[in-house]
Amino acid sequence: MMDPLLSISNLSVNFKTERGNVQALDGVSLEVNEGETLAIVGESGSGKSVTALSVLGLLGDSGGVSGGDIEFAGESLVNASDEHRREIRGNQIAMIFQEPMSSLNPVLTIGKQVAEPIWQHRNKSWKDAICEAGKLLELVSIPDAQERLGDYPHQFSGGMRQRVMIAMALACQPKLIIADEPTTALDVTVQAQILSLLKNLTTELNSSLVIITHDLGVVARYANRVAVMYGGRIVETASAAELYRNPQHPYTVGLMNSIPTLHGKPGARLNTIIGQPPDLSNLPSGCSFHPRCPFAKPQCMQSKPKLEEIFPNHFRACFGYEG
Amino acid sequence: MKADNIIEVRDLKVHFPITEGLLRRQVGILPAVDGVSFDILRGETFSLVGESGCGKSTTALSVLKMQPVTSGTITFNNEDITHHSASQMRPIRRKVQMVYQDPYGSLNPRMKVGSIIGEPLRVHGMAGDKEKYNARIRELMQVVGLMTDMADRYPHEFSGGQRQRICIARAIALDPELIICDEAVSALDVSIQAQVINLLMDLQERLGLTYLFIAHDLSVVRHISNRVAVMYLGRIVEIADRDTLFSQPKHPYTQALLSAVPEADPELEASRQEPLIIGEVPSVRNPPSGCRFHPRCSQSLERCKTQVPMHQTSGSTVLACHLYD
Ligand SMILES: Nc1ncnc2c1ncn2[C@@H]1O[C@H](COP(=O)(O)OP(=O)(O)O)[C@@H](O)[C@H]1O
Ligand SMILES: Nc1ncnc2c1ncn2[C@@H]1O[C@H](COP(=O)(O)OP(=O)(O)O)[C@@H](O)[C@H]1O
Ligand SMILES: [Mg+2]
Ligand SMILES: [Mg+2]
Repeated sequence: MMDPLLSISNLSVNFKTERGNVQALDGVSLEVNEGETLAIVGESGSGKSVTALSVLGLLGDSGGVSGGDIEFAGESLVNASDEHRREIRGNQIAMIFQEPMSSLNPVLTIGKQVAEPIWQHRNKSWKDAICEAGKLLELVSIPDAQERLGDYPHQFSGGMRQRVMIAMALACQPKLIIADEPTTALDVTVQAQILSLLKNLTTELNSSLVIITHDLGVVARYANRVAVMYGGRIVETASAAELYRNPQHPYTVGLMNSIPTLHGKPGARLNTIIGQPPDLSNLPSGCSFHPRCPFAKPQCMQSKPKLEEIFPNHFRACFGYEG
Repeated sequence: MKADNIIEVRDLKVHFPITEGLLRRQVGILPAVDGVSFDILRGETFSLVGESGCGKSTTALSVLKMQPVTSGTITFNNEDITHHSASQMRPIRRKVQMVYQDPYGSLNPRMKVGSIIGEPLRVHGMAGDKEKYNARIRELMQVVGLMTDMADRYPHEFSGGQRQRICIARAIALDPELIICDEAVSALDVSIQAQVINLLMDLQERLGLTYLFIAHDLSVVRHISNRVAVMYLGRIVEIADRDTLFSQPKHPYTQALLSAVPEADPELEASRQEPLIIGEVPSVRNPPSGCRFHPRCSQSLERCKTQVPMHQTSGSTVLACHLYD
């Protein structure tokens, strides 16, 4: 088998806050293979965005990697120089955020913003870069793309802005695209169009795609493989088909049972996971899911279960729930 | 008014003025709600669905008269409330309560949770003596699954799901008949959302509540509703009971909306057709002529461009589409 494109091993990330130390990631291990679409699912605060930001080296002043490593195409990113990391970020890894307005500059035209990375990283003249920007906007199905190069972000709808973000992400033909809740703020009809577009374009480029989401429907429709996060750890990973057919971590099982679906029995009581997600500045001992787990045993309160392969290519971190 | 109905809305129009410049000169109208009619049966959950901006919240606010109504009629319990003044609305407002999407934004951060929940009792002069008032607050907290010893805490000390329980406790304080839930579970995490949906359904059974439920998550709507109305750009395009709407959607917009919802099942997904819809909702400022959905409709006919489709009623189903003329 080929080496993975991205390999995160035992990554821990801490933030210093007024309330004290927040351990946002607690030994995350994750691989992304070439050409695959991986979904990271989990509830808010589970560490999905922090995982993405650490890959890009965007943790800010208060955050830092306190253990583990991130390798991209065989190179360590944690130990790389700032300059080298910036180079990789611009050229080989691109990120798409939930709120495109905050990543677009309100006083620059759309054309200039899309052309900028092409001009900077691909050694093209400004005129060629603008021309390429027009083509990219056509590729992401912006109607009348050439005429709209001179428009400003506020003249675009939320869906159109997210298309612009995709165009910018694709500009340098990156090997890896990370999309953090790219459609959470959009209507379902627009979501379907944006995610299909993203999926088709990355497939054409043979790039890898990481979709971060809390929507188990999105995962089922678009991902090859899934990683489930809880309390700053990965608790289960498997292919999408395997995970839905044969979930093995009690949290994954709880999540699957608690969502209403279009094919389930309507009106019945939903199964719920009792309690609340953990507070990362005050994590429970042992497995952080144990206070909510119907199968918790004494061991779960004392030590942290490691991610282990229980079926081929199916990993979970749990001491013993029999699914 | 039919005896089973709690609310009847007829040909409701809410048009906002579009103004420009410092003098706020009116330059046009925005027909946010444009001829909406529906009935809500006592004890049912009636849902409004549709993409953002289609007029769901505006419709709900008009029912409470929190929005000036341009034309049409609203009847609540046999009483025409369309032209009611604020003081005439007071007794009605006791019976119709609202729960919003953002539980934090609708809770006063400087008030203790107990007095937030008791506020409607005080406002409507129904607090009674101190002991009775406190007992009622404890009872309400228990009903929605909050610990009664948390009454002295402030909203920021609660999680999102707990805050939504606080809002629900406040909404049921006056024994209302109808609760309008405007995206009330939309911002909650999956596991917490399930808890709140269960709570809403339990309360409906125990207290005989009627819900007007607004949500954009169609799986949630299917789970909780008895009947569903689909809105597009200020108009209702289809109303049907839950099972009919989800298994045999008739309007091309309803079909498109359902095809766009990803199912949490990779095997089902693999066998599904591509979503049927293209483009985005056009601006309500310049709504398309004829059927407002025609520019995005894959089955549109010549007359869809010019003629507004009539609402056709058969049994409990309402449909506005030229394909079924
Ligand atoms: N800049 C920061 N400062 C302090 N804490 C942070 C910061 N960014 C994230 N965190 C904390 O890290 C945890 C994980 O956050 P995040 O990765 O954003 O979750 P999500 O899964 O919702 O994307 C949260 O508890 C959050 O409060
Ligand atoms: N107070 C208002 N003044 C002007 N326009 C408004 C007002 N309230 C809502 N609108 C407009 O009316 C339309 C319908 O809005 P709304 O009822 O909030 O839709 P929904 O709840 O379905 O998302 C939107 O175009 C919105 O911008
Ligand atoms: Mg996030
Ligand atoms: Mg609304």
